Amino acid sequence: MTTASKNEQKAYQQTIKKYRPAKPMGKNMIRAFLVGGLICEIGQIVQWFFVKFAHFSIQDAGNPTVAVMIFLAACLTALGVYDKFAGWAGAGSAVPVTGFSNTMTSAAMEHRAEGWVAGVGGNMFKLAGPVIVYGVVSAFFVSLIRYLWIHLV
Amino acid sequence: MSKLGAQTWEFQRPPVLISTGTVAGKLESEGPIGHLFDVKHSSDRVENLTWEQSEQVFFQEAVHVALQKANLLPQQVDVMVGGDLSAQLTSSYLGLKQFSVPILGVYSACASICESLFFASFLVENGFAKVAVAGTSSHTSAAERQFRYPTEYGVQKPPTAQRTVTGSGVAILGDSPAAALPIRITHATVGKVMDYGISNPWEMGAAMAPAAAHTLTTHFKDTGRSPADYDCIATGDLGHIGHQILRKLLADEGYTHLTQLTDCGILIFDPNQPEVFSGGSGGACCSLVTFSHLIDRMIDGQYKRLLISATGALLSTISAQQHETIPGISHAIAFERIEEEELK
Repeated sequence: MTTASKNEQKAYQQTIKKYRPAKPMGKNMIRAFLVGGLICEIGQIVQWFFVKFAHFSIQDAGNPTVAVMIFLAACLTALGVYDKFAGWAGAGSAVPVTGFSNTMTSAAMEHRAEGWVAGVGGNMFKLAGPVIVYGVVSAFFVSLIRYLWIHLV
Repeated sequence: MSKLGAQTWEFQRPPVLISTGTVAGKLESEGPIGHLFDVKHSSDRVENLTWEQSEQVFFQEAVHVALQKANLLPQQVDVMVGGDLSAQLTSSYLGLKQFSVPILGVYSACASICESLFFASFLVENGFAKVAVAGTSSHTSAAERQFRYPTEYGVQKPPTAQRTVTGSGVAILGDSPAAALPIRITHATVGKVMDYGISNPWEMGAAMAPAAAHTLTTHFKDTGRSPADYDCIATGDLGHIGHQILRKLLADEGYTHLTQLTDCGILIFDPNQPEVFSGGSGGACCSLVTFSHLIDRMIDGQYKRLLISATGALLSTISAQQHETIPGISHAIAFERIEEEELK
């Protein structure tokens, strides 16, 4: 028998647990907290610039701020720095909009060799696609619930 | 060629090793055995080429170097047997097309080198080929992109992850000990597919360890040999974690105190190198280490007998996405040093 029985498989998976080094959860969480916070701080500074020097209202400054953060992350990805930084920072760099920018830029760079349309165009949303799909779907349902709540209750 | 026991073949007229060629990427060249490779690249990307094309060039270079060292022309090669990890074996076929030599592509994932050696040895022993080339290649960025994420995508990898080796290792086999290295191939043990239900693609070492344990123990039973008959037993790419699991599995079978047991994935990188995690993997991991570090030790007489058990994880991009388990496979090849008295 080369396919191990269910019991053998279970026993093996139990055995290998001992050999699997623990993920450094504590360290990862502290890094994610610090880096995630730092990225938001930078975003805050950018927003403050738009308010102070370009005379945007705080609300209007949101969109250009996000654009700047996306642009910065895309540049760092193109320079080959972002993946190293993200490997260190983990969730701290993945959760903010910079992580989203990294998924799109890296996919676009990776598939540049297959041409602009089928390569870059067809694959740019390969990693970011699910985020957009489920972001839009969940936004729809949340707004639907809100609408029903306000108008019918 | 005669069959021993359940899964092993013994070569009656053992093919000999004529020469080897090794081409390594950047991190491999900087590693602990980097100085032994024939060609050391300072970048994993050949200028103006894609990752995949760079891998083809590395494979081509390895064959060139091996031919050069053996003083052979491509026309003198009867057959090439090669494998790689790129879908549909493009690195082998497209990389080696310019030699215009009959070629067979083989696939056992990262265990392809031992499958290549097995077929090449079989053809040489039976007189179907006088000179046969066997080799494999792999490329970290080409493999990442095919099986995981884009190169520049930032993701935190678990400590069980392994780094695909960039490069290519090639050996030329022949039928005459004259003008060859003092090394012959004596046995081959062909492995079975072993499935222990591992489905996490970050745990290749654990997925492949049972296959390595099964092939090694079967080899010992079939040949009547024991681990002590070998000066070195090297698995392909189990990495540090898979290696410890293999030791446990072998100990369960009664094989303990295996000081000669090592792993090519451990040898090729230093744990302090960036992003190597549990060690090296990939089709070139076993061939690069075997055809440089391990064969060198046979040439200088440190090893009399060497057993290589290359290990492969059997998955495709589709099977992984459909949450199939990842079975392992391992094929073993036994090398033996030819002593001078025998040659006379």
